[in-house]
Amino acid sequence: MSLLEIDNLSLTIGDTQILKSIELSVAPGEVMGLVGESGSGKSMTALTVMRLLPHAARATGRVTFDGIDILTATEDQMCALRGDDIGMVFQEPMTALNPVKTIGEQVAEGIRWHTKATRAEAEDRARKMLDRVGLPEAKFPLSRYPHELSGGQRQRVVIAIACALKPKLLIADEPTTALDVVLQAQILDLLRDLVAESRMGLLLISHDLAVVTEMADRITILRHGEVMEAGDTARTLSGQLHPYTRQLAQASMHVPARARPHLVGTDQPLLQVEGITRDYRGRRTSLFRRAPDIRAVDDVSLSIAPGESVALVGRSGCGKSTLARMILALDRPSSGAIRFRGEAITGKSEAELKPARRDMQVVFQDPYGSFDPRQKVEKLVAEPLHVLEKKPTRAERREMVAHALHEVGLGQRDMDKYPHEFSGGQRQRLSIARAIITRPKLVVADEPVSALDVSIRAQILDLFAGLNQKLGIAYLFITHDLTVARAITAEVLVMHDGKIVERGKTNEVLDRPQSEAAQALVAAAPDLHRAIARRMQEQG
Amino acid sequence: MTAYPLKRLVIAFATLVLASMVVFAVLEILPGDPARLMLGMNASADQVELLRTQMGLNAPLVLRYLHWAGGLLSLDFGRSYTYSVPVIDLVRERLAVSLPLALIALALSTIIAIPVGLYSASRRGRAGDTVAMGAAQLGVAVPNFWFALMLIYVFAVWLRLVPAGGFPGWGAGAWPALKSLLLPAVALALPQAAILARVTRSALIEVLNEDYIRTARAKGLPYRAVLWRHALRNAMIPVLTILGLQFAFLLAGTIIIENVFYLPGLGRLVFQAITQRDLIVVESVVMLLVAAVIAVNLLVDLSYAVVDPRLRTRS
Repeated sequence: MSLLEIDNLSLTIGDTQILKSIELSVAPGEVMGLVGESGSGKSMTALTVMRLLPHAARATGRVTFDGIDILTATEDQMCALRGDDIGMVFQEPMTALNPVKTIGEQVAEGIRWHTKATRAEAEDRARKMLDRVGLPEAKFPLSRYPHELSGGQRQRVVIAIACALKPKLLIADEPTTALDVVLQAQILDLLRDLVAESRMGLLLISHDLAVVTEMADRITILRHGEVMEAGDTARTLSGQLHPYTRQLAQASMHVPARARPHLVGTDQPLLQVEGITRDYRGRRTSLFRRAPDIRAVDDVSLSIAPGESVALVGRSGCGKSTLARMILALDRPSSGAIRFRGEAITGKSEAELKPARRDMQVVFQDPYGSFDPRQKVEKLVAEPLHVLEKKPTRAERREMVAHALHEVGLGQRDMDKYPHEFSGGQRQRLSIARAIITRPKLVVADEPVSALDVSIRAQILDLFAGLNQKLGIAYLFITHDLTVARAITAEVLVMHDGKIVERGKTNEVLDRPQSEAAQALVAAAPDLHRAIARRMQEQG
Repeated sequence: MTAYPLKRLVIAFATLVLASMVVFAVLEILPGDPARLMLGMNASADQVELLRTQMGLNAPLVLRYLHWAGGLLSLDFGRSYTYSVPVIDLVRERLAVSLPLALIALALSTIIAIPVGLYSASRRGRAGDTVAMGAAQLGVAVPNFWFALMLIYVFAVWLRLVPAGGFPGWGAGAWPALKSLLLPAVALALPQAAILARVTRSALIEVLNEDYIRTARAKGLPYRAVLWRHALRNAMIPVLTILGLQFAFLLAGTIIIENVFYLPGLGRLVFQAITQRDLIVVESVVMLLVAAVIAVNLLVDLSYAVVDPRLRTRS
């Protein structure tokens, strides 16, 4: 018998239909993968099971958990279920914990609430649970606060909270999306072990087909609030009978067609970084003492030729973004030199940097956060124009914005819209338009597609590749996603603890990594082909 | 752990020194000679000059500042020109009214505001919230002296529960003294509570949208428990900021209420001293208030660190 049975579930918020006749079930000890792009209703399905929906939401149909009708249960019954029989893990570990309470308090709280255990008993159980998720007391005492932990460690605390009372069902909503691939692999291992240990059912929600394929026994694919296809993972994905399933699978393995742009006068490298180091001052431990300096970037050298695409890969916190900031002259290296088109940019004043800024632009990860919501697209995209020598007239400016928008596949009419009128993918197109409007020679892209759905990601990768060909723009792609690195770059640099530990042709490095750091990245990266092959063996 | 409070303390002291210079300088530039004022218009220039020397008004500016500031440190504020008694005695007498009044008003405002804010935030957009916030809007808009007059009318004139004004002094016993402070405290507290309730509500609503509130709900805590255990403490920082500002206001900004209730408080002392050019009293009271405001701000800063552990390690 199923542990969780969702039958003909529909959900509306106000007048908007969010879910349409969802069918889904999870058996004890089973991992059910729920896949779909953003806005497909994955999280709403999870929140319906928890009955933590927004006030205006109305659900119809039947949701049965362990014999209890969830949609008609009283709030008291639901409180008794939540955290005890059903645990939930969320996407964003950085904000999922209360910043003013210790991790011990937060893990013990649910235990005390449900079992009426004394504080000491609850803390004892919390200690054991934290130890189980890989936070042993010797290194991570209960008195730690969330801000003293990294993202991966915080996610372990959230898992400890959710699993503290050995729930029958765990709902994990994008539990690893905010983590780098190595942490992701660790957290997925932990979840797998917890499922095996106590025959817990797991509803794993993800937009990442490869992750779900590695984890799930069965899979349900959602689109626009409807189930497109459901079944055994291996059969569903190997057959790819449903067109949408095929589309998803292809998009997540998409490699844009690339041809090397022809360039004139390529004898001199576009960007040369020579032995740069960046130290941050240690935190003040008392009035007179400081912790030793932290070396974020350690003696890094690299060079990028005009029109070349280079990937900079590494785990979070390895110094990638610090390096990028120095290349963009947004931060100064402690030592070493950076030369852009043969001219040093270190130690220059803002006025002297103007020509370099014109030829060097940036695309950020978050298409939502990088625009002022109160400005129109024309103004936003035209922003870098202030570095031009001659200030363009209003008509010229509109012309240039229209041209940039056209190049990224948007229309002239989009100029008078506000950012909120665009989807995530379109917003990323806007930030690319903003980056190319000054005709730069180099674009630094910091995780430019990791916040996007797979199909949109494929389109944006195509756009990057096309602009490289058409305009001869060189790219420095900063990413922890090896699929992206493979898809779009010829050269790769692997960074670890502030140092470049390996470099070479992207395909060669990713196929036969030599350094330990690169091997760890490659081993941890989810790969759809590999995952399907493994599933096929297991499930016949 | 020790860096944060120490740094705050140093900043507080530096602010105090700076403020004392400003207060001294401002009163120095103001027109009006205290010696001339004390002796009256008919005194001869020689008499005025003699008194100026006696009062130390002819010494160089820096010396006079140091003398004055040194006196402040040993609580010697000098003598009032008009009352001819030590300023510290005047201030002490008035503080015996103003300080309890401010504390009672602050306590009342907190006791009213926090529950109202919690109630409103948890029923956001519903009828209860609308009514509570409408009342708060009214509380912010209506001046406190009008409240005071209404209170006098109802509780003193009509019900005859408390005196309509005046202060019997603490010598007459604690209860009669407290009774005469009750209405002014309520009149002072209501507008403050209205502001505080609105701040509490908006801070809570912001916190209630945080991810960790959802985590707490997913743990199985009922909504009410989440509100008290997880939301309230996180919403405390803006509330504490407003509380600190309100205390400073309540200590000195109560002159209208003191006049309505005929209370011998600090506000009235300053007001009288200003009209009589009793500069030394003005200086002293202003410095006292500056010190009180700085002390309260220091307390508020330190309490941030108690509320939010992230501030303890950040330098």
